[in-house]
Amino acid sequence: MKSLAELAPAGRDKAAARVSRRVVARKIARDQIAAHLGMIAAVAVISFPLYYAFVISTQSMDQAISRPPLLLPSVHAVSNYVQAWVRADMGRLLLNSLVVAGATAAGKIVLSLLSAFAIVYFDFRLKGLVFWMIFVTLMLPVPIRIVPTYQVISDLGWLNTYTGLTVPLIASATGTFLLRQFFRTVPAELAEAAQLDGAGPMRFFWSILLPNSVTNLAALFVVLFISGWNEYLWPLMITTSAEMRVVVVGIQNLLPNTGTDLPEWNVVMAGAMMALLPPVLVVLGLQRWFVQGLLGPEK
Amino acid sequence: MSLLERAVFKNRWLPYVLVLPQVVITLVFFFWPAFQSLRLSLLRVSPFGDRVFFVGLRNFQQLFSSVEYRISVVNTIVFTLGVTFVTLIVSLVAALLANQKIRGRPLYRTLLLVPYGIAPPVAGVVWLFLFHPAYGIVQYLFSFFTDWELNWYVDGAVAMALVILTSAWTHLGYDIAFFLAGLQLIPRELLEAASVDGATPFQRLLHVTLPLLSPVIFFLVVMNMIYALFDTFGVIHAITRGGPGTATETLVYKAYKDGFLAMNMGSSSAQSVVLMVLAIIFTWLQFRFIERRVSY
Repeated sequence: MKSLAELAPAGRDKAAARVSRRVVARKIARDQIAAHLGMIAAVAVISFPLYYAFVISTQSMDQAISRPPLLLPSVHAVSNYVQAWVRADMGRLLLNSLVVAGATAAGKIVLSLLSAFAIVYFDFRLKGLVFWMIFVTLMLPVPIRIVPTYQVISDLGWLNTYTGLTVPLIASATGTFLLRQFFRTVPAELAEAAQLDGAGPMRFFWSILLPNSVTNLAALFVVLFISGWNEYLWPLMITTSAEMRVVVVGIQNLLPNTGTDLPEWNVVMAGAMMALLPPVLVVLGLQRWFVQGLLGPEK
Repeated sequence: MSLLERAVFKNRWLPYVLVLPQVVITLVFFFWPAFQSLRLSLLRVSPFGDRVFFVGLRNFQQLFSSVEYRISVVNTIVFTLGVTFVTLIVSLVAALLANQKIRGRPLYRTLLLVPYGIAPPVAGVVWLFLFHPAYGIVQYLFSFFTDWELNWYVDGAVAMALVILTSAWTHLGYDIAFFLAGLQLIPRELLEAASVDGATPFQRLLHVTLPLLSPVIFFLVVMNMIYALFDTFGVIHAITRGGPGTATETLVYKAYKDGFLAMNMGSSSAQSVVLMVLAIIFTWLQFRFIERRVSY
């Protein structure tokens, strides 16, 4: 670095300039290599568990528990995935998860849209109270109301139903706040112009506000879908029948009991891969929306 | 949080219709159960379940004097601090690396975000195998350095480390996303100015980057704590079920065990009320920081 500082401004002759250019180029190349190495190390550490699960899911049982461990994929993927699929009734589990995650995400979005629209575009006497109520739900996550909420669901006869798995979760303070924040950035002139044109509030909502919110809604949907898919305590509590289980709960049945079962960790990992793949694909495929949904609405 | 909204439309009943669904869900599934928790925490059911007594704060007295509850308090503190700082430090390092100007940066960033999509209990199944005392690769690697058997089935400290690492792993993507967004807001000129003044990369990190990131760091500390306190039940249930013994029994896990499995209404409601107080404190903290970020 020092030699560069001395050489470059001097530039007495062409040779020196050429040397300095080569030094700069070498320095940039060295920085690039170091940056890539650091990055590769970070990715390797963070994604190793995922890679390991994948590799094990392609091996035979003997390979999966061999010493030293094999870190390369093998050829038994198909039979492992089929076994896991059959043993855990994976088709049903995945379907349930899809329905539950999709319905909770959609429900949260609809309810949040309506509330945020009312809060931003109307004046009404109980607005403060409504806003406060929605805010307070943030302080009441599932673990805090375990027993009494179970009681409510059971009184309603919603145990082991899709209704019970979804409806109680569709109030979302986060969704409401994000949309409220976004609506406040929509130019006020739009609503005023709509009013001058004689459009009522719902007309404005449908034909102007909603089309303008599409990217924010997509982003919100991605984040809510993932959190719905990954919800565990709620479905664990209110489903007892095998056919209403969601996948994150159901694959626990694949775990072998020490001493009595064969250590078929290859099959377990195949099940885990199938359970984790849908939300991971969502993160990968819709990354831009996913990040935006996490960080908040686009201004 | 001002309520000063733009309010252009005038309608007496429409806003109430619009907020009705959300309000109904909130009342039935949030407020009513929370109210029940508060009420039940002051009551006790007779042994035959036929009568209910008002016992004042005795459920709380009993709770706070119980050794098991104190153990779960200590476990929760260790667990929460562990998850919070492991997540924070690993994701800060990863985000700093991913913020360098290199080719293929979008690909690297994507790969770093992936674990966020993995459900904590499914991550639990994977990590359970990684740390399996007989078949796991971690035990295998350890056997080269030490005779210490890394068995979380019997060793409480190993079990705690395992649930902390698993929980932190699934939360990395969240912190990385926020750190990357925060790093992008740091003006390049500041870093360049520092390097013209002869600051080493480490000095730049310490005196320029970190101070400018501090609002993000505080926000993430609070969010990680909320995650560790309330959203990690799946990891613990999938891997250790609170064990061995009570070594990984956190407040939430204990509330589930006593209320849902043991059906001990009085004690579990008192535990819910304690958790509610914690949730109120942390939500307040969270919004203090969000407000500050907004006015930034």
